Amino acid sequence: MLGDYSLGDLGAIFAMQGFAGLILFSVYLLMALGLAIIFGQMGVINMAHGEFMILGAYVTYLCSTFFQTYLPALFPIYFFIAMGLAFLASGALGMLVEWGLIRFLYKRPLDTLLATWGLSLILQQAYRSIFGAREVGVELPSWLIGSVQVTDTIEIPINGLFVMAVTILITVSVALLIYRSRFGQQVRAVMSNRAMAGAVGIDTEKVDRYTFGLGCGIAGVAGAAFTMIGSTGPTSGQLYIVDTFLIVVFGGAASLLGTIASAFSISQTQSTLEFFLSGSMAKVITLLAVVGILMLRPQGLFTLKVRR
Amino acid sequence: MNAAILSSPVVGAEAAPPDHLLAVEALTVSFDGFKAVNDVSFYVEPDEIRVIIGPNGAGKTTVLDLICGRTRASAGSIKYKGQELTKLSESAIVQAGVGRKFQTPSIYDDLTVFENLEISFPRGRSVFGALTFKRDAEVRDRIHAIAETIFLKDQLKERAEFLSHGQKQWLEIGMLLIQDPELLMLDEPVAGMSVGERIKTAELLNQIIKGRSVLVIEHDMKFVEDIAHRVTVLHQGKVLSEGSMERVKNDPKVIEVYLGH
Amino acid sequence: MTNPVQTLTKSVTVNDNPFMKPVEWLSLLLLAGVILVVLPLMLDSFRLNLVGKYLTYAFVALGLVICWGYAGILSLGQGVFFGLGGYGMAMYLKLEASSVANTKIQSTPGIPDFMDWNQITALPWFWQPFKSLPLTLILTVAVPVLFAMLISFAMFKRRVGGTYFAIITQAIAAILTILIVGQQGYTGGINGITDLRTLHGWDIRTDGAKTILYFLNGSLLIACILAAQYVKKSKLGRILVAMRDKEDRVRFSGYSVAGFKVFAFCFAAGLAAIGGAMFTLQVGFMSPSFVGIVPSIEMVIYAAVGGRMSLFGAVWGTLLVNWAKTSFSESFPDLWLFGLGALFIAVVLAFPNGLAGIWREHIEPRLTRRVKGLRAPPSAIVPPESAPVGAPAE
Repeated sequence: MLGDYSLGDLGAIFAMQGFAGLILFSVYLLMALGLAIIFGQMGVINMAHGEFMILGAYVTYLCSTFFQTYLPALFPIYFFIAMGLAFLASGALGMLVEWGLIRFLYKRPLDTLLATWGLSLILQQAYRSIFGAREVGVELPSWLIGSVQVTDTIEIPINGLFVMAVTILITVSVALLIYRSRFGQQVRAVMSNRAMAGAVGIDTEKVDRYTFGLGCGIAGVAGAAFTMIGSTGPTSGQLYIVDTFLIVVFGGAASLLGTIASAFSISQTQSTLEFFLSGSMAKVITLLAVVGILMLRPQGLFTLKVRR
Repeated sequence: MNAAILSSPVVGAEAAPPDHLLAVEALTVSFDGFKAVNDVSFYVEPDEIRVIIGPNGAGKTTVLDLICGRTRASAGSIKYKGQELTKLSESAIVQAGVGRKFQTPSIYDDLTVFENLEISFPRGRSVFGALTFKRDAEVRDRIHAIAETIFLKDQLKERAEFLSHGQKQWLEIGMLLIQDPELLMLDEPVAGMSVGERIKTAELLNQIIKGRSVLVIEHDMKFVEDIAHRVTVLHQGKVLSEGSMERVKNDPKVIEVYLGH
Repeated sequence: MTNPVQTLTKSVTVNDNPFMKPVEWLSLLLLAGVILVVLPLMLDSFRLNLVGKYLTYAFVALGLVICWGYAGILSLGQGVFFGLGGYGMAMYLKLEASSVANTKIQSTPGIPDFMDWNQITALPWFWQPFKSLPLTLILTVAVPVLFAMLISFAMFKRRVGGTYFAIITQAIAAILTILIVGQQGYTGGINGITDLRTLHGWDIRTDGAKTILYFLNGSLLIACILAAQYVKKSKLGRILVAMRDKEDRVRFSGYSVAGFKVFAFCFAAGLAAIGGAMFTLQVGFMSPSFVGIVPSIEMVIYAAVGGRMSLFGAVWGTLLVNWAKTSFSESFPDLWLFGLGALFIAVVLAFPNGLAGIWREHIEPRLTRRVKGLRAPPSAIVPPESAPVGAPAE
């Protein structure tokens, strides 16, 4: 099938698909970052993660409508405010959920999975009742519309560049937060030895709550970014949950670098295959490859060998 | 009898594996560069009771883990009756005749004492065998006999989670007994026991060691002196000293790192 | 004090491992009575057919009791096996419905209509075996079980954890759904395989046929309960429980843990496949909406509501949840998802042992007290608590 294209065409195809893949990579990575924190650090399987993301998307949608109607002057910069609010809304809901549900289930990971699935159903129905079953889209400020012409055949959409910039910013912040800050130190202390961390005066319950809130908050920002490349419906989040879990597991659950590498390879594979095959077959082949590799190498891409 | 064992060379210079029940040679395991067990060799003879002592982190439990296949060796060999164990799966090692008791009582809380013992009965270990396993007179008699030995005759119908700590330890010893292993490995069998339980355990151990070799990790020096034929001292993953309790106790190296404080 | 203890132990030893306890026989009788007598008398044929559909899900829930409740392996991909079984049966029925005589208006007569619409001109190789009924009956169970074996063997050999396994099974459910929807020429796509008519010449669309299928369904379910009871009661059942608690200990009692896990998973897959095949017969079609993530996880909730350790509970749980779903969706469609979501949370937080747990902890003790109260003076009923620790033995 490659024979039908000239070399130049192929280069352009790979560049364009590669870039499309980069946007997919951004959303995957933002989703996976939150999940990696919650799953990798806390061992909690949050099946409602997609719904936390969609909450961020709905917050962005509300902001876009609000600024358009009441504060048109600030419309060009509404997106930054929306991202902040998305983070706060999803994070706050996350902390509430941790307090009301998750904290009772830390010793029963499989049960957490079922309970958070129940939560996801409730959230989906809540979105449907509040925002309606129809998918909504946000209005982008004019400076985000259009694309940059790189060569004759390659052009890059501005909103894609913007999403990537946001992703890089958030990834770096998360890395700094986890590996450099006092909070991150406490999180890692609690996760490696809960009893000991408690004994040295760390409020483990509080750390759990904030960690979960942080993971959900990042999902909210992912939702804000998501509005730029897709429309938002009550069940949009569910479509991403399996992919995101695979990314986290594939990357080796507790490794930030692994998560980035795995989000990158999965999104690029899928995006490149999509050009040559139908979308569904590209996805099937990508997921099958990931599952196959995970069956043979369950520890994922990056892991440490530790003494049992 | 003790003297006879002690007069044999501690380390077999000429390799004659069939004589040793267990021959551990140049055993090494490293975790990310840290050598938890480093070039350890020792030999256990039939009917011998060997105690491994050493400070915390000396690699005692890791040695047992290596023998029973829970941890894979980085280098070296473990020969049991001439058969190399380092390549076998855990279940194959058990089936070869090596039994292992863990440090914390490792029993099945949700099952009754009877069922705990039944699962350890060495028959019907394949999937199909377990499906068609019959609880016949032989199984029952053996379980009742073992329960009597481990002081749990009256608790057979009880769920194991309701046993006291000492009773749980005994149950686990009973689960090993019913397997009838030729080499029995015990990790701190009296840890956390009351004085009364400890005396009974010593009595129990003295009763069950007949006709098999035993490899014990223990901290309680009084207990060690009571039961050990020979003692191996581990320190920082290496063998520091080996011999009778008397000899080990007077070894200046041992006194310095272990008994000294 | 010692006397009642000994008589108690003795009387139990006489038959200490019966296939089913009297109360379990009663439960079976009750369930069989409700399914095979009461419901057929009470319900019209439409409702009975609906119950028949629920019963096909109960096969999946039964398998989950063994696989999840006993062995501790949570599978979020039971829809895969349900679907493979269902599609196997549907392929046979579809081929029978697509005889050359029935499809002569197609450009390629003799192949299923959706293939013709998708410009496929010959029956694909993997459809060929489903021309034969005996082969179909074998393959509807064999293919899912072998597939389950393939998945689980690779993973359990490498000792992957429970949550990990759950995620992978879920991913497989997602993959299979996308594949079925995407390859509509070979699978019927999103609509599934529809317009099924006869089973070996017998029209399955009539009310009479559906009632007969209902009874077949119910009897098969009872048979599967007995099979699951056999597994549960065998030493294998106890090994599964032991494994769930202390996997390492089982290994060091000389068992190869992976083999037992593979068995539990394959057993559950086999039951799910039977359920799927019966679904196709009872309901008359099969579609990807019974394969994916959502149905798979809903099947888990059936077992959870009934009680993950109880075979009978699983069946009651399935019937109850589906009955609630149907009646809610008819009157308050918006509320159903809230209700289902709340059910997931409640069953995990408040009733981890489901209906069976409520029965065991609250209803059964009272009943036993009543019954025993009739037989003996109350003082002898309460079994002695564990003997005081350290009490002199002899």
